Amino acid sequence: MLQISGWQIRAPSNLTRFVLLTLLSVSLMLLDARGHHLQKVRAGLTVLFAPIQVVAAIPIRVGGAIIDFIHGDESLRAEAERLRSEQPILLARLQKYEAIEAENAHLRQLLGTSALVAERAVVAELLEVASEPFRRTVVIAKGANDGLYLGQPVVDAYGIRGQVSEVGVLQSTAILITDPGHAIPVQVNRNGLRAIAFGTGAPDTVSIRYLTASSDIKPGDLLVSSGIGGGFPFGYPVAKVKKIVNDPNESFLDITATPVAQLSHNREVLLIWPTKSVLHVEAKKPAEIKKPVQQKKPVEPKKPAEVPRPTVVEPAKPAEGAIP
Amino acid sequence: MSLGHSARRRLIIAASFLVALVLSILPWPVWTEQFRPDWVALVLIYWCMALPARVGVGTAWSVGLILDVLYGSMLGENALAKSLIAFLTVRFHLQLRMFPRWQQAVVVLLLVAANNLLVLWIKNLAGQAPSTWSYLTPSIVSMLLWPWLFVILRDIRRHGNVS
Repeated sequence: MLQISGWQIRAPSNLTRFVLLTLLSVSLMLLDARGHHLQKVRAGLTVLFAPIQVVAAIPIRVGGAIIDFIHGDESLRAEAERLRSEQPILLARLQKYEAIEAENAHLRQLLGTSALVAERAVVAELLEVASEPFRRTVVIAKGANDGLYLGQPVVDAYGIRGQVSEVGVLQSTAILITDPGHAIPVQVNRNGLRAIAFGTGAPDTVSIRYLTASSDIKPGDLLVSSGIGGGFPFGYPVAKVKKIVNDPNESFLDITATPVAQLSHNREVLLIWPTKSVLHVEAKKPAEIKKPVQQKKPVEPKKPAEVPRPTVVEPAKPAEGAIP
Repeated sequence: MSLGHSARRRLIIAASFLVALVLSILPWPVWTEQFRPDWVALVLIYWCMALPARVGVGTAWSVGLILDVLYGSMLGENALAKSLIAFLTVRFHLQLRMFPRWQQAVVVLLLVAANNLLVLWIKNLAGQAPSTWSYLTPSIVSMLLWPWLFVILRDIRRHGNVS
């Protein structure tokens, strides 16, 4: 009981406090989710509590250092050996790649579209902390000072990992493609069939939704980013189709795919800056630079998904900006 | 120790919550993640039961907000869930103290499950709900851990002379 100039102020009861804090939480959530009004507050709080994350990352670092110490010279020598043998192979491939790139640029010139420019990329270290249960996020030890931006693609040596979802001053958060709140526009590498890959919350599964039974998609198909929407550049591997279930009671196929990026290996990631011209080409004229794009029409006769479609050379239509 | 009684109490309680927060984001192999107990909830339930006048809804809300910041979830999400736990625990702390240990553990299961379902419901509203059933495993693991954690925290409280 407080006494301030004759007024008696009682400490609020447990229930009152709970109701007040519930209202506060709800308004915070609304502000955060609907309008992103709390970016600055969150950035400040993140800096304030960063030490907790640093402490939580210590065990893995120490463990890694101990393993390095025990294996020491031998593993280093073996790794150097492996890298040395790998390098000529990669260089040889690169030679071919350069020739193909030149050829590609030439063909584009003939078509009158701007050429794909190599993207700028930066290696970033991951801070080894666990994410919230059922979310798939990682903390990157780079922030606005390094030029990161919201929605920036995060890739590794094998494929797309996710995108930057929160930019702090010194560290940022990236949401992986398996996060239940994430979706990425993809296309089947084999025939250009467009789809969306949704995260599921499981560590190694994305689901492809809204494809009808007549869609030409098979287990083992590689899905690459389609570049539609402008967030991700075109052509990075995303996932491999694992299983297709065709339930006649459902309107769409139930397709699960396994991400090709090593999502659970917490090492380094690549942050890429897609160049403007790439986005321009992909957003405006995707049909011209791809193989004949299969159009999905509801009037198509139903046929089993396994039968490969004959290649029909359709007049290339400009793709609508929306995702199928 | 030259620390006053009240300062020492605050230090010990804050340190226990800090350890719980670190354990919540300590990296483990991915397949174990669905079995990660809700450390913050466990520590919170203990202190709300032992010292309901000192640790209550306000503490719970602040710790939950820190958890939101560390997890990168919506601000207020875990704060709301943790203050629900604190509210219920403080409301029933007299009954809880009388319960045998296993019965307390069952209540812990219910409290953590309520916490998880509330978070899941909020996530669903925000369109981020996971398509998996494993959101109830943390509450079971928390229940199994409760008897041991209770003994550890009780010893800390007695040695630290926290009241």
